[in-house]
Amino acid sequence: MKLPAIVHKFSSPKNFYTMSGKLIPWFTWGFGLTLIVGLYYGFFVAPPDYQQGESYRIMFVHVPAAWMSMFIYMVMATSGAIGLIWRIKTADLMASASAPIGAAFTFLALVTGSLWGKPMWGTYWVWDARLTSELILLFLYLGFIALQASIEDPRNAARAGAVLAIVGVVNIPIIHYSVEWWSTLHQGATVTKFDKPSIHITMLIPLLTMAVSFKLYYAASVLMRARAEILRREQNSRWVKEVVENDSI
Amino acid sequence: MTASEFFHMGGYAVYVWSSYGISFVVLLWIFLSPIFGRKQIIRELRMKYRQQERQQEAASGTGESPGKNHDTGRA
Repeated sequence: MKLPAIVHKFSSPKNFYTMSGKLIPWFTWGFGLTLIVGLYYGFFVAPPDYQQGESYRIMFVHVPAAWMSMFIYMVMATSGAIGLIWRIKTADLMASASAPIGAAFTFLALVTGSLWGKPMWGTYWVWDARLTSELILLFLYLGFIALQASIEDPRNAARAGAVLAIVGVVNIPIIHYSVEWWSTLHQGATVTKFDKPSIHITMLIPLLTMAVSFKLYYAASVLMRARAEILRREQNSRWVKEVVENDSI
Repeated sequence: MTASEFFHMGGYAVYVWSSYGISFVVLLWIFLSPIFGRKQIIRELRMKYRQQERQQEAASGTGESPGKNHDTGRA
């Protein structure tokens, strides 16, 4: 299967560098704006929960972080696969740049979940399916980062990382359905299900706003990471020399 | 709602604020590190390019290229 020529044109490192430079400010401003709105609604508009009181406000960071941990993994595996099949360098870069951000969101999902679990369940941690599969996700990210760091040649590193990421995709549906397949302390899905969301609209608005905010955050930071790496990888090309000489650091 | 009520979070202050605090620190770090990383790379590459230029000049011998013996760029 061949990709259209336009894909190759826009995925060239130089075009990617230029275009992402224009997009990053928009993503960053969008992130800041949605963050303020989300936090305002989450803390000042959404009422206390009738069972959990104020503690449930951890949800507005916990749930979007957990969604991001899976979303970024899928982006990472998909770009890894694209890089593997069509040999697109910028796809490899997107996969590598996604890993630390995905690992950070996974870590935050685990930590904030733990801090929510203590007052509500009476424990910071249980070895149930949801928590364990999310922990495995963190190890997949860290394994990906360590694997790529251990291989000198960037093309081989990208290939090995992509294979690991693709194999690890099997964990994603396990995380999502873990609360249905196994008995657990963790509550079931309230938003991401085919039925109507079982969450009140005043709580749903800040939750979704924060989810959008985190997506924009990811978009901005993954592009910044990929851009920095492009300069390193393409350091012998003429255009990078021009960028480096003209940059006002 | 008073400010102290707000910060008290119905008795869950330690859990709620540490969740948001840790998230803030981690996300800020992830966001800022490529900004500093890019500056670091640009600094390294500038040094590398300067060195290459000097080596080329040395290799081509003195006096052969009187026009471009010194670079006046910023460091």
